[in-house]
Amino acid sequence: MAKITFITSDNETITVEGNSGSVMELAVKNNVKGIDGDCGGVCSCATCHVHVEPEFTSKTGEASELESDMLEFDDLTNEYSRLSCQLQVSDDLDGVVFKVAK
Amino acid sequence: MADTKNKTCVVIGASHGGVNFASYLRREGWEGQIILFDKDPMIPYHRPPLSKAYLTEGDLEGNLLKPKESYEHDNITLKLGQTVTSINRADKTISLQDGSAQAFDKLVISTGARPFIPPIKGIEDPKGIFAMRTGEDAINIKNAVDASKTKRVVIIGGGYIGLETAASLNKLGAKVVVLEREEHVLARVTAPVMSDFFTDLHQEKGVKVLTNKNVVSISKKNGYNQVVCDDGMCYDADLIVIGVGIRVNTELAKNAGLDIENGIKVNLFTQTNDENIYAIGDCTYHYNSHYQRYVRLESVQNAVDQGKIAAASICGKEQEYNAIPWFWSDQYDIKLQMVGLSWGYNEVLVRKEEVEQTSFSVWYFKDEELLAVDAVNNAKAYVLGARFIKGKQKINKTKLVDSSIPMKPTSFL
Repeated sequence: MAKITFITSDNETITVEGNSGSVMELAVKNNVKGIDGDCGGVCSCATCHVHVEPEFTSKTGEASELESDMLEFDDLTNEYSRLSCQLQVSDDLDGVVFKVAK
Repeated sequence: MADTKNKTCVVIGASHGGVNFASYLRREGWEGQIILFDKDPMIPYHRPPLSKAYLTEGDLEGNLLKPKESYEHDNITLKLGQTVTSINRADKTISLQDGSAQAFDKLVISTGARPFIPPIKGIEDPKGIFAMRTGEDAINIKNAVDASKTKRVVIIGGGYIGLETAASLNKLGAKVVVLEREEHVLARVTAPVMSDFFTDLHQEKGVKVLTNKNVVSISKKNGYNQVVCDDGMCYDADLIVIGVGIRVNTELAKNAGLDIENGIKVNLFTQTNDENIYAIGDCTYHYNSHYQRYVRLESVQNAVDQGKIAAASICGKEQEYNAIPWFWSDQYDIKLQMVGLSWGYNEVLVRKEEVEQTSFSVWYFKDEELLAVDAVNNAKAYVLGARFIKGKQKINKTKLVDSSIPMKPTSFL
């Protein structure tokens, strides 16, 4: 079980628990504003863009080439950007904080 | 916004359009009832994976548009397995097959489309013949493949649905033949260079892709079907999947006297000619401001984005629909991403990346205007293409096709 926190662009903080699926699915399940996941989680739409809080980047690992290419030219992208559909919920993500990009 | 506490918003069709609309409507501040009707009894699910990951991985649970609790959380009522039979504009109600009626203040039609079943002799006997549109279709196809020893599959129609299904069933060990009536697969939607690429890809994986194949009859043999083409060739099939396009579900709207033209005609706010009735998604014929023409699109993007516009409009925050369409398709390990509408192009440029993995992009121009981009394993081309199309950026075509120039926002000025 991992406790994951989302901070929306309205500064709402939502902490939820999950143990499977993607971080995007967890966010959609909990109605986190700004994470839509329109393509269903296949890295095609970039509607699940988050910024990993800097201290947790070692836990989230690196983006794949497809994922970083999807993000590279987005105006909201910074060095902490990830598409949350590409992050799997597991114990490794316990305590991680994501800021919703949109 | 006016007080909506005692108002009811009814939605006909609970798929990508209807479900996302309902959730946006709540977020826009609608306080009254939201009731979604759909004849499909399953909790609303993502459709695109049905022909892709669902067939190979079979996880329908992880494929829901929203988890069940999310509807409860948003106080959205799902009435599934219920067929709407008419829209009664005079008394603002809809009628249901069970004889009951439901009143509405605002109505959203998101009825989508249904597979077109071509008038082929013998197709009316459904044994072993499937369409691919609903969760039930996907389950039936998967079960039929699993149950068949010989797993001979004939797919009628080489569009995205047909080819994705072919790729997935090939992965499941089926012997797949695709029969396409036109000279190329994907003829309606892409340039010949893309058709050729996908034909080769499928052939390499062992799927037979046959073009100029007009199916004239299907006959039942001893436990299987035989598909006959007008060139006299016959193909044995333990199961047949029909993927020859769709028919728009406009009947409810038409019978209610709403304007129909290649779909339900809506304005830039997704409103029909009845101010209390909106329509979204595959069933709409709507104006695209960027391309300056009316279009009907079969896509998740359009359904979801029109849902946002309808929700905003109903809550008095009118914004015009103005989106560049995008689409995607996954076949084997190939990711195809498409942006824009290529209709009317007069030049096609192909840019091949100098990398080990297959990676290229196809750029559709009308004179100097970039209309659309198809990107194969090349998300950068997809993302940049979208940006260029939106910004109507003039592109240096010589630089574009020079793969030694890296793909950056300013590379092709």
